[in-house]
Amino acid sequence: MIPTRLDPQLRAAIERRRLLRGGLSLGALTMLGGCDISDSDAVQSTLHAVSRWNDRVQAWLFSDSRLAKEYPQSAVAKQFRYNAYYPMKDAPHIDAGTYKLGLSGKIADKRPWTVQQLLALPRATQRTRHVCVEGWSYIGEWSGIPLGDFLARVGADTSAKYVGFECADGYYEGIDMPTALHPQTIMAVTAGPDILPAKFGFPLKIRIPTKLGFKNPKWVTAMYVTDQEPHGFWTDRGYNWFSGI
Amino acid sequence: MSDITTTDVAIPEIEEQHHTLLARISHWCQALAVIIMIGSGWRIYDNVPILPFQFPYWITLGGDKYLATTTSNDWGTGNAIAWHFAGMWLLLFGFALLILNGLITGHFRKDLLPVTPRAFLRDFILAATFKLPHRLGEYNAVQRVFYWGVLFALLMMFLSGLAIWKPVQLGFLTWCFGGFPTARVVHFFFMSAIVAFLIVHVTLVALVPKTLTAMILGRATHRPHAAKEPT
Repeated sequence: MIPTRLDPQLRAAIERRRLLRGGLSLGALTMLGGCDISDSDAVQSTLHAVSRWNDRVQAWLFSDSRLAKEYPQSAVAKQFRYNAYYPMKDAPHIDAGTYKLGLSGKIADKRPWTVQQLLALPRATQRTRHVCVEGWSYIGEWSGIPLGDFLARVGADTSAKYVGFECADGYYEGIDMPTALHPQTIMAVTAGPDILPAKFGFPLKIRIPTKLGFKNPKWVTAMYVTDQEPHGFWTDRGYNWFSGI
Repeated sequence: MSDITTTDVAIPEIEEQHHTLLARISHWCQALAVIIMIGSGWRIYDNVPILPFQFPYWITLGGDKYLATTTSNDWGTGNAIAWHFAGMWLLLFGFALLILNGLITGHFRKDLLPVTPRAFLRDFILAATFKLPHRLGEYNAVQRVFYWGVLFALLMMFLSGLAIWKPVQLGFLTWCFGGFPTARVVHFFFMSAIVAFLIVHVTLVALVPKTLTAMILGRATHRPHAAKEPT
């Protein structure tokens, strides 16, 4: 339901953005005397084509059994890093009483999940390195049910290609099914010893140590299983889709 | 053979430099790729500098910074990364051609070997005192060391780059470089080495422009002045 509801909207937004970018590039070219080749459409589309090729290479490199390194308690950062496309004061504060995790797409049991229900699920704990596309990284600790276990529980069609996520702050992401089923991909409800704080994605963050940080959505409010490649907030802004590490 | 010093070697009438087509394609692919990699790498670096300085925005690659704030919600980092991971293939292609060419023509063995510490020291002192003559088509010991050095640096850039790109899938490689944060420092270090090489390389080409002719057309000749002191 969610992908079909959002797809035309998203597509329209992307078309607008492309048009805007094209217009701006042209404007910039005339203003700057055409010196910045990076913004030309031909260069952009070539780079995009190579980026799609890199998606395939990365999917091929990905191993569903190779685990991200786990670190000892002592290596965990004292303070996790806040990161979003807006300042911390704007981070969503989700009301635990009214929150529902919506499920849609190729899932048999689409009943929504409350915070209490999510917290009651069995958890796996990991201490892994969060790697940001910008280059910074830190070792954090998260726990939650492995996404693969959850998908089995709700009767998701795991022969589908992708799992997509929608977030309370308007963020959206999607991952390939092999990554979704990786044993270290978890639906994190804690950060360190605590229940996920508001600034780190309460009540639900998808923690994927085999992906770059931006592929780890926070404040997740909806999840869907689909064969259509889900859009991603940053991938719609020129970042590589697979972004595996 | 007995000990032959440079003074005993007769200077050929005509000096000639040859580069195979494969070598030239390889060279220019790598030249372009290295510019792309350094330019975009600097833009990426500027997000999270590992030293207390940033590269001036205007020499980095990744599109207009202010345009990017409206289209990509960043300062062109996404664009720079797209350049970096496209340039990577061009560099790999150029590097592979170089190895292929070396294997086919014996270029490494014939032109860049042997390199002895003694020969390096001798030529280095000569070069430092501006007494080292350049013979077109012949690589002195300092040049040989430089070329091996830059090939090694490129290799290390590939390996440390892979370690940063795939710290999980290629975890062993990342471990070899001392972990993810250290691999970034190694990547930065060898980038600096390549930049240093480029400065010297381009300066020397400017001093002996016929080497550029040879690298474009495949062949260049030089008739040394009869009066020139052969050292």
